[in-house]
Amino acid sequence: MDKRYTVAVLVRNQFGVLNRVTSMFRRRQFNIDNLTVSETESPDYSRITVQFAGERVTKQQLVDQLYKLPDVCSIRELDNENAVSFELLLIKLKNDPASRGDIRAAADAFEAKTVDYTRDSIVLRVTADSRRIDDFIDLMRDYEILEICRTGVVSLERGADTIRKVTNL
Amino acid sequence: MNLTGAEIVVRALIEQGCQTVFGYPGGQVIHIYDALYEYQDELRHVLTAHEQGAAHAADGYARATGKPGVVIATSGPGATNLVTGIATAFLDSVPMVAITGNVMNAQIGTDSFQEIDITGITLPITKHNYFVGAVEDLADTIREAFRLAISGRPGPVLVDVPKDIQIARCDYAPQPPAVPAPPQAAKEVRIRDAAACINAAHRPFIYFGGGLASSGAQEELLALAEKIDAPMGCSMMGISCIPTGHPRFLGMQGMHGHYACSTAMHRSDCIIALGARFNDRVTGDRTKFAKGAKIIHIDVDGSELSKNVPASHGMRGDLKLTLQKLVGYVEPARHPEWRQTIALYQSEEERNRDSRPGLTPRGAMQALNRHLRENTPVATDVGQHQMWAAQTLCFRKPRRFLSSGGLGTMGFGMGAAIGAQMATGEHAVLVTGDGSFGMNLNELATAVTEGVPLVILLLNNGVLGMVRQWQTLFFDKHYSNTVLARQTDFVKLAEAFGAKAERADTLEALDAALSRAFQYQGPYLIDCAIGQDEFVLPMLPPGGSMDDMITKVGG
Repeated sequence: MDKRYTVAVLVRNQFGVLNRVTSMFRRRQFNIDNLTVSETESPDYSRITVQFAGERVTKQQLVDQLYKLPDVCSIRELDNENAVSFELLLIKLKNDPASRGDIRAAADAFEAKTVDYTRDSIVLRVTADSRRIDDFIDLMRDYEILEICRTGVVSLERGADTIRKVTNL
Repeated sequence: MNLTGAEIVVRALIEQGCQTVFGYPGGQVIHIYDALYEYQDELRHVLTAHEQGAAHAADGYARATGKPGVVIATSGPGATNLVTGIATAFLDSVPMVAITGNVMNAQIGTDSFQEIDITGITLPITKHNYFVGAVEDLADTIREAFRLAISGRPGPVLVDVPKDIQIARCDYAPQPPAVPAPPQAAKEVRIRDAAACINAAHRPFIYFGGGLASSGAQEELLALAEKIDAPMGCSMMGISCIPTGHPRFLGMQGMHGHYACSTAMHRSDCIIALGARFNDRVTGDRTKFAKGAKIIHIDVDGSELSKNVPASHGMRGDLKLTLQKLVGYVEPARHPEWRQTIALYQSEEERNRDSRPGLTPRGAMQALNRHLRENTPVATDVGQHQMWAAQTLCFRKPRRFLSSGGLGTMGFGMGAAIGAQMATGEHAVLVTGDGSFGMNLNELATAVTEGVPLVILLLNNGVLGMVRQWQTLFFDKHYSNTVLARQTDFVKLAEAFGAKAERADTLEALDAALSRAFQYQGPYLIDCAIGQDEFVLPMLPPGGSMDDMITKVGG
């Protein structure tokens, strides 16, 4: 049974490192649902957060293989229990006087902010966990969606633990 | 001292203890070759006929010694010609450092002449690779490459050095050779658990692979086998790790393994896997493999544990150190019933053994056995001859059977034999087939030029025998493209290269030819005709389990 996993990978900040990490997903034929790469508190490291679905055994294989990359410093598997996770959505909708009010009401319920507003279009910004963003997009399908862009998840462990405390042996 | 990048490459190789490198010059490594000229008294460069041959030679050098093999190639086609050789080393965990030239940094990404993204191409077939962007990083990058190649599970590492880096100068100070990351034993508590599992076993079986030689754990293995009264078998990569004649050793296991060995493993209730990875050629149908067995798996690479078959006791750690502890924790045991059962398997194997007189494949291998010395390295290519060699040849020292296991690279043997000869100084042997030999026979030129004492035993059946065997058994004898209707005269061909050669059509002639070949201090090819319908037996049919083993064909 496929399950969805979120894995944070702390890597050495070298060119090509994203390629090395994603290549491991390709080789094991994992489809990446979303991925973020960002700077960290140290210029020596980057952080890659990946969401993907798969079987537990193959997921473990993947994590074991990632650990073998010299550029990978540490790996954390994150879930709702041990981490806080957010994603950012930008959604562009047709600005139609007939639907404008309903869109505004839904946007309020999701604490969405209007970041661009023209005669023909509205761009809303939502920050929430991935499931809530899915729900919001689903609601908006009742109206005319022009374009969507979402960042993929960023995730940090709850409490004082950090990814750098788990080091690559 | 202030040196050019090219000089730093050569000095760093010397510093790392490298004495012989294999390679082929070209436009983007011309500066490195100039430095090789300068340092030729300290570092021997062996020019091969093709970069693939150089890569296999570096591989053979490494397999025979455990030290990293080094290969140098130019950019573009030079680099891509290394790919099969690097992949071969990767799949068999052989330490190798490949150094490629590339176009100047300013031209990178412009598709300039002979530019290729070799770090991109070799990403999945190296432990790691480097593109050197600054001459100040060059020496440390090469050091790091050596350290990685020999640390943990060994493997190939590639360093791509653009031309401007070879020309640029910077300070260089020699350093001591890289030492591998310190080996560590598996966790104590896990070793104790595994020992308890072994103590409860009635039919223990030890299965080892190439990791045994990498870790140098032969003594510990034999101590364990003795203490718990277990038979031993190996994957193809494990051949020559322990003496073939050891009374507890049942031989090779798997698709073409020895009957008693495969059957004992399949019927075992506790398989102790050491530095091996349960490849599909070892297990056959995994869902039916050794259903009654608990599996204890020790490997230095944690990702191998439960990768192919679930391990009840998976332990990541160095084999030697882990086995030392394990041997202490297991209780001495005797399993007379299990030994009797195994004796029955062995007599069954004996009954099915090919005992036809004359120049059969097994007969040829036994003839070769009579000429092998304790330290003779034997390389093979890939196919039927490889399996006959693996099944029949006898070894007394580790690192003396060199064969492409994981990748199954036809054309591996010629380069590997040259590398192994140069590494050991011993008269080397290549067992090959006419199909495989046809792939990289150009390296005969290298063997002649370098005066390599090398016996090439060519089992010539005029067909691609292994594929033909499958076609006979599973494809209604549709011999699609496996009949080599070539007119190659291998004796004349070898002579044209400057080697000695003769034909052997009988067992007696082969024996005499082998005597002459081992006397000759250079490459000596023996063209040995065998039947085109010889089979490698036993055989697991594709997708079959050990219960479906074919031990006899026809009458």
